[in-house]
Amino acid sequence: MRRRVLPGLPLALGITLVYVAIIVVLPLAALVFKAASLGPEDYWRIVSSDRAVASYRVTVLCALAATAFNLVFGLSLAWVLVRYRFPGRRLVDALVDLPFALPTAVAGIALTTLFATNGWFGGPLSLLGIKVAYTPLGIMVAMSFTSIPFIVRTVQPVLEELDPALEEAGQTLGASDLSIFTGVILPLLAPALLAGVSLSFARSLGEFGAIIFIAGNQPFSTEITALLAFIRLEEYDYPASAAIASVMLLTAFVMLAVTNLMQARALRYTARG
Amino acid sequence: MKIRLDNVVKEFQTFRAVHGVSLDIESGELVALLGPSGSGKTTILRMVAGLEYADGGAIYFGEENATDIPVRERGVGFVFQHYALFPHMTVGENIAFGMKVSKVRRSPEAITRRVAELLDLVQLGGLKDRFPGQISGGQRQRVALARALAVDPRVLLLDEPFGALDANVRRDLRRWLRKIHDELGITTLFVTHDQEEALDLADRVVILNKGKIVQEGTPEAVCRNPADAFVMNFLGDANRLDADIRGGKAYVGDVAFEAGGVADGSGQILFRPADVTWREDGHGIAARIVRVIDRPDSRRVLALTGSGQPVEFDTAPEFPHRKGEAGFLDIRRPRAYSAA
Repeated sequence: MRRRVLPGLPLALGITLVYVAIIVVLPLAALVFKAASLGPEDYWRIVSSDRAVASYRVTVLCALAATAFNLVFGLSLAWVLVRYRFPGRRLVDALVDLPFALPTAVAGIALTTLFATNGWFGGPLSLLGIKVAYTPLGIMVAMSFTSIPFIVRTVQPVLEELDPALEEAGQTLGASDLSIFTGVILPLLAPALLAGVSLSFARSLGEFGAIIFIAGNQPFSTEITALLAFIRLEEYDYPASAAIASVMLLTAFVMLAVTNLMQARALRYTARG
Repeated sequence: MKIRLDNVVKEFQTFRAVHGVSLDIESGELVALLGPSGSGKTTILRMVAGLEYADGGAIYFGEENATDIPVRERGVGFVFQHYALFPHMTVGENIAFGMKVSKVRRSPEAITRRVAELLDLVQLGGLKDRFPGQISGGQRQRVALARALAVDPRVLLLDEPFGALDANVRRDLRRWLRKIHDELGITTLFVTHDQEEALDLADRVVILNKGKIVQEGTPEAVCRNPADAFVMNFLGDANRLDADIRGGKAYVGDVAFEAGGVADGSGQILFRPADVTWREDGHGIAARIVRVIDRPDSRRVLALTGSGQPVEFDTAPEFPHRKGEAGFLDIRRPRAYSAA
């Protein structure tokens, strides 16, 4: 092997591989083995049962909606935090991380209390005919809450590094604010936004604690896939639980692969040569 | 397009303020704003562009008061110090950007044609599809110029256009920019802290210090008649000796120099290292050689005068004297000023 100046490669690589093997790959492999203990027919019956399919639909649609909301809201939040100086900015900046620090069950209970028909938000909203708690809307609220830091924290550093001269150049060339935003800023933020969106979406798909309190958990309408896997677990039906979980695993893999490809495309201008 | 600055003021809490600058730039002229950092030169340029609002005074483009015209409608081409090319667009797309977002509709064919024309003008024909990250600094600067010219600006403004480049590339680009300016005849204002660049390139040099104009004129005028000690020092190496001004003469010890128009009292004389001859005897200011530095085309001599003030001067490579020898400084073309 070529001599290196930086020491510690064998040790560092060894620790890393052991860590990845034990903490990441082993549990996933166990999951796959457990699911594989079912025959193909049984496996297919379980993952394509009406109740399971309904749970996929609820989970994916709510996660998409929550991520779309976070994309807009998280980007504006990052923009405001980077571009403007106002009293309380540091406090807001610190608050962004709160969903990371808060136990998700606590978040779920708090959101349920707020959005129940007798809560601070739920009361006025129910007068308008909008019901949040115990509906898919509640699931979206819980998902947005727990995943918004991902978008803010991935976009913020890129936005901070963005040279203000780029926007000034756009202005001197006669571009409107909208053209500068869509033509210059957004394409440069795209890789970071994609990363944030994929993390936010992945987190929303996997969120459990915050959702089960607010969702109502009615099979076929407000039951998420993670809960269904948990229910099978409580019934000691481990293979069925693993089968459902394997679907979530596969979805997460495919999604991360796709976003990686999209990111590489968005970043092709950084290639040299 | 003629540009006129009328008593323009810009206040900042910190430095870089501009205190009442008035300046006329004739149509088709190439003018340099020259000054040390913090002299307000970039702020003036940005106010002309509309990237900064003036806190007082007015800026005219021709007869039109442009002070409150927003930057995107002002019709200026601006070349940024670090290029500010859009990194995610190819060279061609960068140049086309201004034409694409313009209110003036252009057909895609017209835009393609104009991009090709501009690439020819800046001699980058083959690089249309490269990204800015894939070309050299000098090439990026030329792309930035092509992009600024694409929208047919009324004025061209350049902020330290060659500041980030190697010395050789810099000299080539300077000559090339002068050529482009002569071809297009566009009114051009550029900012630099490099006096050589300003003298080399500009029709007229405006020298700024602490937010005020201290002198403006042709390169010849400012070089031959520096208005004060600051300009004299800023334009090139200068030696300084304390002097007494009495009746239109500056006395350094008992040697007198011409000092017409300088008020009596304590003063100083300044002179270039090339304007000194070393004499072994005779008249001049007594001095002793401290060090001799060799250069490819000359020798630079460091000497101390009898009163302990340092003087540096250039001599022919054959200069035979050494450290420790005593002699006299014969000074030509000294300039006398009151003490700062």
